[in-house]
Amino acid sequence: MSFVGESGTISKATAGSEANPGDYIALLKPRVMSLVIFTAIAGLLLAPHGVNPVIGFASLLAIAVGAGASGALNMWYDADIDAIMSRTRKRPIPSGRVTGDEALAFGLTLSFLAVFTLGSVANWLAAALLAFTIFFYVVIYTMWLKRSTPQNIVIGGAAGAFPPIVAYAAATGDISLSSIVLFSIIFIWTPPHFWALALVKSADYAKAGIPMMPNVKGAAHTRLEILLYSLVLAPVGVLPWFLGFASMVYGGLAIALGAALLFLAARVYIVRTGDAADRCAKSLFGFSILYLFLLFAEIVIERSLSLGFELAARLGA
Amino acid sequence: MAGTEDPGVELTPQQLKSRRQRNIAIGLSVACFAVLIFLVTIAKLGPGVLNRPL
Repeated sequence: MSFVGESGTISKATAGSEANPGDYIALLKPRVMSLVIFTAIAGLLLAPHGVNPVIGFASLLAIAVGAGASGALNMWYDADIDAIMSRTRKRPIPSGRVTGDEALAFGLTLSFLAVFTLGSVANWLAAALLAFTIFFYVVIYTMWLKRSTPQNIVIGGAAGAFPPIVAYAAATGDISLSSIVLFSIIFIWTPPHFWALALVKSADYAKAGIPMMPNVKGAAHTRLEILLYSLVLAPVGVLPWFLGFASMVYGGLAIALGAALLFLAARVYIVRTGDAADRCAKSLFGFSILYLFLLFAEIVIERSLSLGFELAARLGA
Repeated sequence: MAGTEDPGVELTPQQLKSRRQRNIAIGLSVACFAVLIFLVTIAKLGPGVLNRPL
């Protein structure tokens, strides 16, 4: 990568870029980032005595930027397959708005900045966990698993599940059972969520040569695995109530949402042909997003209220 | 050596506009980062940081 040519002028590729800030924001995968922020807020609020709002905000920002940086590095490495798939063809690198070198420099710079900011602002355990998350997503998932095994998103899903643990560590300097439970919910949620999409987009994945479950083991086996993971996810989703760090309201919500998820997963398993099968898979994909959102939203609301009452009691005393 | 100098890269209006937008975005990001570090410093050290002999 060279920014300055032999004549001392800035090289054409860099100076002549038409990339605007929006293209760089797209490199950060804002939708994934918003999920990371949301799950990290839940992890942060699980801290027994709360956290200073400024430190909490800065930690969340560092975690979000770290997640975005790993997204940019993922797009840098996957530019070849992104150009083939309809879902990813318009991303900044395959569309030619940002070069691969620029994305690599952007991703690496933000990764270092995020890790060192989190270390300085919160603590170095959280920073180490964030660094490991970025490494896991970029090297273990993107560079290794994604193109080599149908278990890619099962193991790679850990990267997306780490934010609550990182955030809890930022607030407390420790790892707790409660943050591990949140990790488990996201980890077990990932396979049925992505395989529901893969069932619909299997031709796209096949064209790009990515060994997603439906392409390797077939749609029937994928439907069975979706059902099995959903059977595990439904009770794991109830664990926060069972272990006592969420209320009965959360428990009821988790049971109801888990039952709905199981119903949709069973429909995907039963309805196997035609447009109806695609519709069932799309319903499950959409509902899985709602499922995770509502569970974490309930935890965020409950913990915010609890910390609010605690603060009010302290001020009143 | 006037006349033989490399004129360098001549940018199109669109490229100039994009570069200006990128520069503004970088400037704002750096400013926000500086403010964040300032606020974190105050939060970590507490208001006592302002009580010092001049």
